[in-house]
Amino acid sequence: MRTICFYFQVHQPFRLKPYRFFDIGEDHHYWDDFSNRSIMRKVAQKCYLPMNALLLQLIHKYNGAFKVTFSISGTFMDQMEAYAPDVLESFQKLVATGHVELLNETYSHSLASLKSKDEFKDLVYKHQSKIKELFNGYTPKVFRNTELIYSDQIGAMVAELGYDAMLTEGAKHILGWKSPNYVYVNSMEPKLKILLKNFQLSDDIAFRFGNKAWDDYPLTTDKFINWINAIPQEEETLNLFMDYETFGEHQWAETGIFEFMGHLPEAVLSRTNFTFSTPSEVASKIPPVGKIHVPIPISWADEERDLTAWLGNDLQDEAFDRLYELEKLVNTIDDEEIKRDWRYLQTSDHFYYMCTKFFSDGDIHSYFSPYDSPYDAFINYMNVLSDFMIRLKEKTNSQKEETSIQS
Amino acid sequence: MKVLMFGWEFPPHISGGLGTACYGLVKGLTHHKQDIIFVVPKLWGDEEPMADFVNASDISIDYREKKFKSIWKNLTYLEVSSFLVPYLGPDEYKKFTDYAIHDRTDVDESIFTTKYEFSGKYGKNLMEEVSRYALTGAQIARDRSDFEIIHAHDWLSFPAGIAAKEISGKPLVAHVHATEFDRSGETVNQVVYDIERAGMHAADHVIAVSQLTKNTIVRKYGIPASKVTVVHNAVLDASIIKSTFQKKVPEKIVTFLGRITFQKGPEYFVEAAKKVIDRDPNVRFVMAGSGDLLNRMIDRVAELRIATKFNFTGFLKGKDVDHMYAISDVYVMPSVSEPFGISPLEAVRHNTPVIISKQSGVAEVLTNAIKIDFWDIDAMADAIFALLHYNGISRMFKELGSEELKKLKWEHVAAKLVSVYEKTISAKS
Repeated sequence: MRTICFYFQVHQPFRLKPYRFFDIGEDHHYWDDFSNRSIMRKVAQKCYLPMNALLLQLIHKYNGAFKVTFSISGTFMDQMEAYAPDVLESFQKLVATGHVELLNETYSHSLASLKSKDEFKDLVYKHQSKIKELFNGYTPKVFRNTELIYSDQIGAMVAELGYDAMLTEGAKHILGWKSPNYVYVNSMEPKLKILLKNFQLSDDIAFRFGNKAWDDYPLTTDKFINWINAIPQEEETLNLFMDYETFGEHQWAETGIFEFMGHLPEAVLSRTNFTFSTPSEVASKIPPVGKIHVPIPISWADEERDLTAWLGNDLQDEAFDRLYELEKLVNTIDDEEIKRDWRYLQTSDHFYYMCTKFFSDGDIHSYFSPYDSPYDAFINYMNVLSDFMIRLKEKTNSQKEETSIQS
Repeated sequence: MKVLMFGWEFPPHISGGLGTACYGLVKGLTHHKQDIIFVVPKLWGDEEPMADFVNASDISIDYREKKFKSIWKNLTYLEVSSFLVPYLGPDEYKKFTDYAIHDRTDVDESIFTTKYEFSGKYGKNLMEEVSRYALTGAQIARDRSDFEIIHAHDWLSFPAGIAAKEISGKPLVAHVHATEFDRSGETVNQVVYDIERAGMHAADHVIAVSQLTKNTIVRKYGIPASKVTVVHNAVLDASIIKSTFQKKVPEKIVTFLGRITFQKGPEYFVEAAKKVIDRDPNVRFVMAGSGDLLNRMIDRVAELRIATKFNFTGFLKGKDVDHMYAISDVYVMPSVSEPFGISPLEAVRHNTPVIISKQSGVAEVLTNAIKIDFWDIDAMADAIFALLHYNGISRMFKELGSEELKKLKWEHVAAKLVSVYEKTISAKS
């Protein structure tokens, strides 16, 4: 059996509003409601609504022979409920067809897997229950970590939580001569299957599709079918993983991306020996070929496929360490708003905005950042974090008082 | 006495401290019934009518005047590729010079038209404006013969002062608010230095805003000490400001407020902050302002892992500046080189105790402040800690500092100036 596995990442962060020094200690609302709403509405019109409609049509047309997978972050689900109930409804319809799989991730698209096992688990459970709530009791079987971050350790942690499989990047530096087009297993917990992204063919769609300077521009369905057919016969699975915003937002409708996707299922089913599957089907049907060793965490970002988009410079490390120092304190406090802000502050995007790798991938970074510079991003984040710390202290003190009064 | 005064800016349209100082001086001089003809490159029309203002942009130059030729000859060195903006930091300066080298090589011909529209800013045509301002100075000195003395503020107006002296033969007083060494450290811009030096040498008397500046003038510009008089700046309003603005954070606040540039010594503040934060968790440092060293300071704060206790506000204006002073428990000015430095006096007005570097002119007039060497971060940390914890000192500073402030009046400054004028005129005649 040879099969293509399409997985789309659906995520929006809760962006911080411009938060000034003078706001510290006074203003406890950190989120830029206006821009979060307007970005959500804009992308809904350009991407989520038209692409969901197209996928629904394709699923019906091929009566289940075409299927896709989503990982929808908790922050995205919260934003759908607040700003885009129409988008939520269209996702619910897709899931209800039975040919769409949902993956589990950390609720707030967090980097907790690198720092705290307890927090990581909490966020996974929280995401699970949110999916259950919004998608009619649905329970995911496969896990994907924020930004496809993966290491042997993280894999073992995910296995412990009971998942069958996990997705990550088919990074060149860990694969070496090996091909991403097989199923592997975690080197510490072999029961956890590892599905690797074929970054060549994924990025042809996600990053290069509309690039007129690219040698293979324009990417037609014919061309893509030829590349798929060129994959050696013994290689059984082709994992095409990408941001969902590829369709209509990163690649505008004018590039023909919707037409490309509209024609792809027909071409694959009639002119190749590939089918379409979801990650849980791949994991259960295709036998693994061996262990994959990833001692140092990898991700799907940038040329290096490492963590340097989010962590590593002084700004990022300072913000990240100061944030997670608060974990214990947050857990002693019984307050929904504190918990919510704590989760939202963990979203990887905040650290991405502080990235200073200007000269190689910086242009992509600046496209996605609401700030003029990584320094502005850092200042704003630290001002918010300063206020959050003051609130934690106050809450702790008032809780202590309450208990002393009661006793 | 009638004084022909050349400035570069005047409130409300100012971008530096020079305009504020000129305002105070003029106000003080009118208190002593002096008549001032105040020339600025550009008048906006909303200046307070306290002097006989002359808008240099309105002056037409009569090129038939023979003496102009010799004046122009002395100015020609300005003409050659003088891509120079002295109030930029080194990084910005480099960006600008790169641009200037490629895009313009000499002065625009419009400099020789009869009228010239000055921007009055510190922009890319600064040198062109300075030279043109000199021609205007000569024209005004020829048209208005009723003044007895010429007074020029800082190098921007020195060529105008020199030209006016040459035309009229009246004595010139050069007022030094800052030197090129304060602005650029040891890597001075030669053209600016030359103008400063020419101005001070051509002057009959030189005024320095502090002893510190006088020392620089004597040592680096070769002016005899007897020709230089120290006249400190003052404050326009010495009243204590009672702010109702409340701070919202529980910690005590230690503030740096100013341009984040080499001259202001921000890095010493950051290093001292680290030392204090290590000892005292109940303190928050704030760096308010912007400048070419801002990002480097942010990097350093992150590297020292103190960013939850060290905030940056960006550039503050209007009310926010007052609020910042009002909520500060300690104000620090660690300037590497500050001819005067008015901001600690503002802090005193807000009842905030101050720590100032010995390398600032204001240290000569403010007794009730802690004075440290800008590089001595241990002493700075000690002083911050002491002012935060030992209420005795900070209370004393608050009380005595505000008393001291009341003595710093522009009228007193002006009285000193008038005696300098008188001496200069009598020495000349």
